Amino acid sequence: MKRTPKPGPLEKWERETLPRSLERMPERRSTFVTTSGHPVPRLATPAGGDAPAEIGLPGEFPYTRGIYPTMYRSRLWTMRQFAGFGTAEETNERFKYLLEHGQTGLSTAFDLPTLMGYDSDHPYSHGEVGREGVAVCNLADMEVLFDRIPLDKVSVSMTINSPAAPIFAMFLGVAEKQGVGFTKLNGTLQNDILKEYIAQKEYVFPPGPSMRLVVDSIEYCQREVPRWNTISISGYHIREAGSTAIQELAFTLANGMAYVQAAKARGLDVDEFAPRLSFFFNAHNDLFEEVAKYRAARRIWAKMMRDSFGAKSPASWLLRTHAQTAGCSLTAQQPEVNIVRTTIQALAAILGGTQSLHTNSMDEALALPTEKAVRIALRTQQVLAFESGAANVVDPLGGSWYVEQLTDQMEQGAMDYFRRIDELGGVIPAIEAGFFQREIAEAAYRYQKEIETKDRTIVGVNDFALEESPIEILKIDPALEKKQLERLSAVKSRRDNDRVRLELGRLREAATGTANVFPPLLACARAYATLGEMMDVFREVYGEYVEEATF
Amino acid sequence: MPDSQTKIRVIVAKPGLDGHDRGAKVIARALRDAGMEVIYTGLRQTPSQIVQTVIQEDAYCLCISILSGAHNHLFPEILKLLGEADVQDVLILGGGIIPPEDVPALKKLGVSEVFGPGTSTSDTVKYIREHVQPRA
Repeated sequence: MKRTPKPGPLEKWERETLPRSLERMPERRSTFVTTSGHPVPRLATPAGGDAPAEIGLPGEFPYTRGIYPTMYRSRLWTMRQFAGFGTAEETNERFKYLLEHGQTGLSTAFDLPTLMGYDSDHPYSHGEVGREGVAVCNLADMEVLFDRIPLDKVSVSMTINSPAAPIFAMFLGVAEKQGVGFTKLNGTLQNDILKEYIAQKEYVFPPGPSMRLVVDSIEYCQREVPRWNTISISGYHIREAGSTAIQELAFTLANGMAYVQAAKARGLDVDEFAPRLSFFFNAHNDLFEEVAKYRAARRIWAKMMRDSFGAKSPASWLLRTHAQTAGCSLTAQQPEVNIVRTTIQALAAILGGTQSLHTNSMDEALALPTEKAVRIALRTQQVLAFESGAANVVDPLGGSWYVEQLTDQMEQGAMDYFRRIDELGGVIPAIEAGFFQREIAEAAYRYQKEIETKDRTIVGVNDFALEESPIEILKIDPALEKKQLERLSAVKSRRDNDRVRLELGRLREAATGTANVFPPLLACARAYATLGEMMDVFREVYGEYVEEATF
Repeated sequence: MPDSQTKIRVIVAKPGLDGHDRGAKVIARALRDAGMEVIYTGLRQTPSQIVQTVIQEDAYCLCISILSGAHNHLFPEILKLLGEADVQDVLILGGGIIPPEDVPALKKLGVSEVFGPGTSTSDTVKYIREHVQPRA
């Protein structure tokens, strides 16, 4: 009698995983060919067939080779340029401009007062309104921001952290006005407060209450907005603050695990909330190290979720990520050269298997981008998607001795950091001890010294420099601040102030007790309570966090 | 220039709401490594808090880091308050994301120099050594 040998992993993948995936996500073309006319294989594998289990197969644990079996052959990454400036009108215009030019998702940048939870008329806001993002004070601004943008069709990402909860409540308010049910909403709230203490420093409350608000949002979305990505756990800002690639990887995943622990401590089921956690990584200059970072991130997360947190659903094991090219790598000198840097970095994110991507504009080191600079940045992604061939094959660098070795090293480096963070008592005690802040400041200083001693060449800065004439940059009209203040004051005078007081009182009750803050926040938003008013309730209940100033 | 016995005392300040402190921390450390006495204000200082620190610490030099685009508001505010407090002999420097075309106006107000992205910290050290006012 002949025995059929047990199918190997590749055979099993071809027989089961792949057809299931193709049915759900068919490929973009019936055939992919090289410029020489040769067919492009979907997936290149070792001559003998099976790769080591650590590398595995795309769409299967531990996802080193990507979270989907066919990756970009089925669906390209979402091209999502971060935009926002001036008032809601200007940003709404820019959003529509980007959608008209082939962008496939929106990403909202808020101005600093909004990010810190102050209204445009607060004394601290003076001079900062609409400067590096859009000013949003209440539901009226949010209505203008998403005017004629169908929220059931376009996915919206919002970069907001300390005031994530009130801003999201306003967004839900707009969805209601558009008649879009919450279950149809698709998008991402950054809502990653831990990296604020670590790197970007846009914290307001102490870590404890901040985490409570994050868990409230996870709990609320699980119930009411099931397709919403509740946190975008971000390494981007950690890297921009000067960390190394390994630190970015390690600190981000450590934060991710801290959120999972906090949500589990609330009694939430990991397989209910984990599939809505997403990530956001930087894409810096060192092409292969960056690719390895994305691959290692997926592998570590899958193992942690399955083996440490007991997640049973594969959807919980997947690390889905957004990527942005490294703003901090761009130079004010010879800014056009930044297009080249951005291209390499974007390629790294794509070869690393990102799900969405923002490419920086060449004028990033000078000001907010002009329309032309943004268009070139978007075109960069389109060239990579449609001309480079990088999107026609899954994980093209998988099996490269160098990249696999780097991937292992990244994983090992992250595990070493996890141990050190554990020894300090976890992420929040490590923040309070200044551990991350010191590690990052140290790395940033070292990087700067390398540039100054010319150990590291930055083209146009410490080598190949030349005298040049300035490029055109975006000007933010100071009159926009006045326009915003006028709208804010008009809204305040026509709303029902008794109702606002009542709803803010209910919010205070929830914030003081243990009830989820989202229902009262939504009621405040509907009553046109301002962001500052809602945040002031939290400030009074929770207090404000002050970091020790060290360098 | 102060004689070699006196340490140059520098305030590194982050005014406004911006929390991007990578540059401020790198420059603070480079100045300290160059032998200066450096006081870093920490984040989110109002112009009046910064001016108070300059006076209390009897600083020779004030380095202001702004990446948020609010420089045209914050610099004039700080310089106005310094003027009102009759502080004359402090070297004022700027750093961060400040478009070159905004620099002449800032210089007219009394900012001595603006160091943008890509500046070598040793150039800043040299500049401070050459330009701080002697003290009695």
